[in-house]
Amino acid sequence: MSQVEELPVPEVTSEPAPPAPARPAPLGRPTGDRAFRGVMTLFGLTILAVPAMMVAQLVHTSKLSLAKFGLSFLTSTKWDPVHQEFGAWPFIYGTVVSSLLALVIAVPVSIGLAIFLSDLAPSRLRKPLGFLVELLAAIPSVVYGFWGIFVLVPLLRESVEPTIIKYLGSIPFFEGPPLGFGMLAAGVILAIMIVPTITSVTREVLKAVPDTHREAAIGLGATPWDTIRYAVLPSARSGIVGAIILGLNRALGETMAVTMVIGNRPKAAASILAPGYSMASVIANEFAEADSDLYLSALAEMALLLLVVALVMNLAARWLVSMTKNKMGARS
Amino acid sequence: MSATPEARGHSLLEPGPGERARHLRSRIFTALCTASAIIVLVPLFSIVLYVVKRGLAGVSVAFFTRLPAPVGETGGGMGNAVVGTLVLIAIACAIGLPIGIGAGVYLAEVGRGRLRTVIRFTADVLGGVPSITVGVFVYSLFVVTMHRFSALAGGFALALVMIPTVTRTTEELLRLVPPHLREAALGLGVPAWRASVFIMLRTALPGIATGVMLAVARIAGETAPLIFTAFNNRYWSFSIDRPMASLPVQILTYATSPYKDWQDQAWTGALVLITLVFFLNLTARIAASRGLGGARR
Repeated sequence: MSQVEELPVPEVTSEPAPPAPARPAPLGRPTGDRAFRGVMTLFGLTILAVPAMMVAQLVHTSKLSLAKFGLSFLTSTKWDPVHQEFGAWPFIYGTVVSSLLALVIAVPVSIGLAIFLSDLAPSRLRKPLGFLVELLAAIPSVVYGFWGIFVLVPLLRESVEPTIIKYLGSIPFFEGPPLGFGMLAAGVILAIMIVPTITSVTREVLKAVPDTHREAAIGLGATPWDTIRYAVLPSARSGIVGAIILGLNRALGETMAVTMVIGNRPKAAASILAPGYSMASVIANEFAEADSDLYLSALAEMALLLLVVALVMNLAARWLVSMTKNKMGARS
Repeated sequence: MSATPEARGHSLLEPGPGERARHLRSRIFTALCTASAIIVLVPLFSIVLYVVKRGLAGVSVAFFTRLPAPVGETGGGMGNAVVGTLVLIAIACAIGLPIGIGAGVYLAEVGRGRLRTVIRFTADVLGGVPSITVGVFVYSLFVVTMHRFSALAGGFALALVMIPTVTRTTEELLRLVPPHLREAALGLGVPAWRASVFIMLRTALPGIATGVMLAVARIAGETAPLIFTAFNNRYWSFSIDRPMASLPVQILTYATSPYKDWQDQAWTGALVLITLVFFLNLTARIAASRGLGGARR
């Protein structure tokens, strides 16, 4: 046992090593690699440059309006191109109210659907149903609007809105004649359009919750509702909030479908049955016809406002979603 | 419900007082979730069926080959808009694919540290920018300086809309390629960049193609970025520095017009557009589930 075999030690020669054969490239990164990395980094930086350029360009275009109206642009209710008076309040109001209406309708349905797809549906149903929801997201906005004009608006005008007015008409939120075109129509269309967004992100977040949580709950005798309520939702909560913000973001920027059904009247009315106007819609309708620099610049400022809101909301939402997913990844 | 261990142990063996309510609640909850799945399908089927019902009658050879007829005359088609949409998509791909795929390669293969995180985040954020804002941006960048609406401006706007999707798909699919493929290539003395392009990117290519199809499906239906960039055109046009018709813009124009004849054509246009978009989605989905999605095995 004590015998240790001695390894033969190679004899050290005093001769200098033969010179290494000449290499085509030095030992650092070869030129091809450096060029490749450089070009790809350039493409990556392009992504970084685009939003920055957008903000810069839109600030530049809306200079006139920014200088003339300042902050009062946001609160002024007057939109009068003839007299060069531009206030964004009716449009901000229309955008916010129609989007919130959309959230009220879409959030419960989307979360229910996401839970159904991730936890409750028989596994054979999950794929086809998920695909159908994706198709809903794929329908072009202009087709939504077209359908809205011919199917949704008549439906609202002839049956839904008269019913609402009959029972709730005394409340200011539901006042006025049943026009069909209006905030409610915009809200419903937007709700349909944002369901796929909220559903798919929520589903992703629910999927990220480790199955061990669910198994533990089931092992304790939890019903499906208990499992979701106590084992899944608590860790998914901030991710779901992120999903809702992403849906809201989509609703705020949506243009064509809203423009076709919201009624396009620049007045902030309390009633959700009244026609309104949204920021994206007024840009779509009037930008090409803006006949003065100030008019154009006011519309560009509206686009800038939409952009800034979108950037902020996206940052917040992505952060929430990735935080939730990372937390879960670390735990499982 | 009481929280004492005895009560909990008890409820596992025999139904306790709250047990029945608990199961009922769960059943109601399951029913509500199932109901929301059904509710979501109602508008989907309503839209598809309505578009088919109103649009199918107008599908004819003339629709794809003729120009729009003047007001009052019947007939005509949307040939120029169909071709215009294809040209705009081609321009968008020519601009958007190199940047989108390149940035995706950067994120998956080249980038390091904070810069990569920031760029990935920016790509996601860019995907959330309203397309109408993209339209205004491209208008003030291109149309103002060129003094006219052009297909090039429209294609550029669409490229900006598609880049984020392409970038993120490329990155995700490159990440799915097993790293030992690269290691094997590097071990054979292949330069890193050739391994990236000819091994990694090549393996991920079918999956990336799927992602590109989805991105094309999305921009094919975009209206908002086109109304003040590519604008519209009543005639055949193949020059990219001139205004160009597109299906979504043409549908918008006809759908909001008071003429029944035009509305009927808009329905046919909507049917063609939906068919195109659904076809792209379906093909992409089937390709992905067949395992063509890169190295998804």
